[in-house]
Amino acid sequence: MSSPLLYVENLKEYFEIRRGPFGKRSYVKAVDGVSLTLAGREAISIVGESGCGKTTLGKTILRLYEPTDGKIIFRGRDVTHLGWRELKWYRRETGLVQQDPFGALPPFMTVKRILEEPLAIHGIKDRKEREKRVYKALERVKLTPIEDFINKYPHMLSGGQQQRLVIARSIILEPKMIVADEPVSMLDASVRIEILKLLQDLQRRYDLSVIYITHDLSTTRYFSERIYIMYAAHIVESAETKEMLVNPLHPYTRALLNVIPDPDPSNRFMIKEVPIGEPPNLINPPAGCRFNPRCPNFMKGICDTKEPSLIEVGKGHYVKCWLYD
Amino acid sequence: MLLKDFFKHLLIYKSAFAGLIIILILVGLSIYTIVALPYEEATKLWRAGEQYWLDNPRNSPPSWINFFLSRKLPETIVLSTDRNQPGVSKAIISVEGKFSVIRVEISFNYEYDDFPSEINLFFKSNFTASAPKVTVSWIKPNGEEIILKIFLISKDYSYYISNDENLVRDLISAISKKFNKTFEYGAPLPLLLFAQEDESIFNPNTAKVTKGRYKLQIEAICFETGIDLFSKLVIYGKVHGWAGTDHLRRDLGIALLWGAPIALSFGVTASASTALIQMFIGAISAWFGGKMDTIIQRITEVFMILPFLPVLIMISTFYKFSIMVLLVVVIALTMFGSGVKNYRAMFLQIKEFPYVEAAKAYGADSLRIVLYYLIPKVLPTIIPSIVLSVADFVFLEAALAILGLGDPLAPTWGKIIDDAFTNGALYKGLYYWVLEPSIMLAAASLSFAMLGFALDKIFNPKLKEI
Amino acid sequence: MGERHLSIKSLVMYYRTLRGEVKAVDDVSFSLPKGETIAVIGESGCGKSSLAKSIIRLLPRNVSVYKGTILFNGLNLMDLDEETFTKEIRWTKITYVPQAALNSLNPIIKIGDQMIEPLLLHQKMSKSEALERAAKTLKAVGVNEAFLHHYPFELSGGMKQRVIIAMSLLTNPELMILDEPTSSLDVLTQANIMNLLKSIKKEMKISMVFITHDVSLSSELADKVAVMYAGQIIEFSDAEAFYNNPKHPYSQKLMESVPTLRTDKKLGFIPGSPPSLLDPPRGCRFADRCPFAFEKCVKDPPIMHLNEGFYAKCWLYEKESP
Repeated sequence: MSSPLLYVENLKEYFEIRRGPFGKRSYVKAVDGVSLTLAGREAISIVGESGCGKTTLGKTILRLYEPTDGKIIFRGRDVTHLGWRELKWYRRETGLVQQDPFGALPPFMTVKRILEEPLAIHGIKDRKEREKRVYKALERVKLTPIEDFINKYPHMLSGGQQQRLVIARSIILEPKMIVADEPVSMLDASVRIEILKLLQDLQRRYDLSVIYITHDLSTTRYFSERIYIMYAAHIVESAETKEMLVNPLHPYTRALLNVIPDPDPSNRFMIKEVPIGEPPNLINPPAGCRFNPRCPNFMKGICDTKEPSLIEVGKGHYVKCWLYD
Repeated sequence: MLLKDFFKHLLIYKSAFAGLIIILILVGLSIYTIVALPYEEATKLWRAGEQYWLDNPRNSPPSWINFFLSRKLPETIVLSTDRNQPGVSKAIISVEGKFSVIRVEISFNYEYDDFPSEINLFFKSNFTASAPKVTVSWIKPNGEEIILKIFLISKDYSYYISNDENLVRDLISAISKKFNKTFEYGAPLPLLLFAQEDESIFNPNTAKVTKGRYKLQIEAICFETGIDLFSKLVIYGKVHGWAGTDHLRRDLGIALLWGAPIALSFGVTASASTALIQMFIGAISAWFGGKMDTIIQRITEVFMILPFLPVLIMISTFYKFSIMVLLVVVIALTMFGSGVKNYRAMFLQIKEFPYVEAAKAYGADSLRIVLYYLIPKVLPTIIPSIVLSVADFVFLEAALAILGLGDPLAPTWGKIIDDAFTNGALYKGLYYWVLEPSIMLAAASLSFAMLGFALDKIFNPKLKEI
Repeated sequence: MGERHLSIKSLVMYYRTLRGEVKAVDDVSFSLPKGETIAVIGESGCGKSSLAKSIIRLLPRNVSVYKGTILFNGLNLMDLDEETFTKEIRWTKITYVPQAALNSLNPIIKIGDQMIEPLLLHQKMSKSEALERAAKTLKAVGVNEAFLHHYPFELSGGMKQRVIIAMSLLTNPELMILDEPTSSLDVLTQANIMNLLKSIKKEMKISMVFITHDVSLSSELADKVAVMYAGQIIEFSDAEAFYNNPKHPYSQKLMESVPTLRTDKKLGFIPGSPPSLLDPPRGCRFADRCPFAFEKCVKDPPIMHLNEGFYAKCWLYEKESP
């Protein structure tokens, strides 16, 4: 691996909540000390259940939120607290693909206008040049024949086409990194793979890195090289994809892998083991390991008192669990 | 293409169709008015004073009400020597080159069922030193001749026949003597000149018009040569034009016509600019949040509890409003209205839409997001409310005019109603005076309301029934 | 095949909108033995929810065509008038868990009061009796009966879903229709609910119609599988046969697009998008996306019986049809 494209260290994102003007301040600790690295042309996934902070992590990395603490280094530059003007550079270098493709597109703009917006914002004034790049982007996401699409409004496109358009918009400035936040969870099964393959194709062809945020472990197998498992604002385990699927270590990862079904008629005769309870709230997470109230391997006096640290147990395989200390 | 679809959708609603037709008629009327009778001219006519309108009857309903009446009300008859009208003749007889006699005979058919309201006779003469002596006589259809008056005229002389009290007294005593009966009521001159002379004349309700050809003879003896005499007889009717007249003999048509463009442009401008400004303020408030939001919200609250009318009355005591100033003041007083709160609520929602976040992610700055991403999203949903509140502002303008806060120069519908009230139109039974502008107002606001409700169903389809 | 518990023949349900007639359910047939579960799999807008609602006669207001037969324990439900249907079938013998049911709980009424309402209404039970039944059912779905006196917002998503399932069990139904019962839940909670449904199926012998878009998840419950495409069932099959060897090209492609966690496979996808239900193509509705399409596909394929009452609606199986 060459020097990383993105380096995130101990990133924290807290949201203040206050009940009433004089109420007590408390914080939703949506991201609580996350570190990760992303190499150039690499695709990683961040996997977790809803409310675990994975979306906030993605948006904080993109500086859509002001980080509370920690560091984000992108191409050797500290972007953690970049000001408005320099942030524009970072915006050009990064892209965002959201979950709901229809919601991600301004309904009152045509395809052409939607794709021209980022160009206009980043000072490409020449109409010919803009048009050229719009066409190129549409070709890259295979929204062809282009003439059929260019003057349409988002609602005239199918879900899959909308998501292609969103991807075209995210790559039109030729960024180095894309954060794809559940890019296919709202799409139909038959087009999901199409979109993921497109993203993978773009990543491999155009010197692009992808952070793929998802709750669906089964797709990560095909579309990412490394998996980060997130639980209650922490990364609890990370490893290369193959390693993670073959040799999951953290009890939470194991539970996840255990319950995800593959299409198999024998499933219907099996009752699966599922950890009890629900993920904790992020205002007052449990002391010690955050998974301890649900953990089948719970060790009293250890897991509920001290927070384990993320330690390397194999080559590139990290886990945050007392079982492996 | 999109527009065509839109209209197809719109015309599903019959109310929208009706509303649209009325609006189109009003717009057509406005364009016609602006072209045919420019504003300066209209205000000049409207402010011209009674002298200008001397040929019009006073307080007369429109002529078309005759269609609905069995007793036909008279229209105004104007006969003058310089118009070459049939029944008007003028002869100048020069006597020995020293003086001359001018004979004017004006005759007309009177076929109405009611008496005229007034009768006036106007003279103009170009003598230099000694005034001509004029004898005016009235010849009824049966040939009976009455000498009305003998007098010297000035260069510009008006003989208000119906105000000639001596004549009235003479006629009354002559008729009383003839039938040996006294008048129980103050018979006006037109009645005395036009009524059949029998018992019926002693009761105003039974007095009947003698229909037929009447003649007015004028004999002027001029003591200079080369003198001409212009004379004009006006038999004022009881109906006038398509709109009627007011207490100053003005043709209400002018104000009814000009009311349309003023009401439309006032309503549309006020409604659209209020909505747009409120929307912009709401968007700024929602997008920036924090202190900006707090300040804007507090200002809005202050404006919301500010009593609108008293403030307006207060301002109007310091300044006399022209319609433009009124527009600006109304917009200024409403731009921080409750709409700001509604729009802010809408924008707070839209602000969280993924596409706004996406715009932020590709580097759009705040101004761009507000103008290009937030406002266009809300715009279509507020079109119905803009159209709906046009009606409110049309009414507001009229209401202000009635309260005396309107533009004193502009001929508007509200102004007519105001005049009607101050002159006791309803008390005097002059319903047309109030009804005409009221119907116009109602039509204007109804049309916008009908269109607005239909638009609402299209733009906010949650309300739409299947 | 055992006793036919539910048997649907040529069910049709169209409804009218401003843009035309939506052929949401277009000539659908399948049958289900007692105590088994049929998974209806399909992509969004294929008419699977409309099928569910048609069975329990919750029709859109602007319905234009509603015909066919629904045999339930030998009784044709289509023959019943609205009153009898409401009294004897809907919410009693057949219950329905609608999509996004989590939000269908009234936030200002206590769980217990919401649960017993159908009992008071349809079964004329006394309140204490009904509450007792509700408590028992809640316990059966793994929710503490103390929650009877709580408001919905005090429950997590998984708990709410359990309450909703309990509500549909209250009247001891014979058939449950579940429309995407876990679509808004997390993986672990989803697995939990699936466990619950499995035990309900096993212990109470309730038949289920399980509507889902998730092929992997469908295998958790399905004994029979019906694949819906553009308002029609294009394959009706036994679970064993379907998950190992789907017949219809659409089923095959759909199966190819399902990523698997445990085994490596080559993922595929179906280019293009399904036809609109407003104006579906005249012939086979999948023809223009089908890799095996041939001349015959311009004609509407009839049901090709395979074996044991299973079928595929595809010309490829013409010869095999008896």
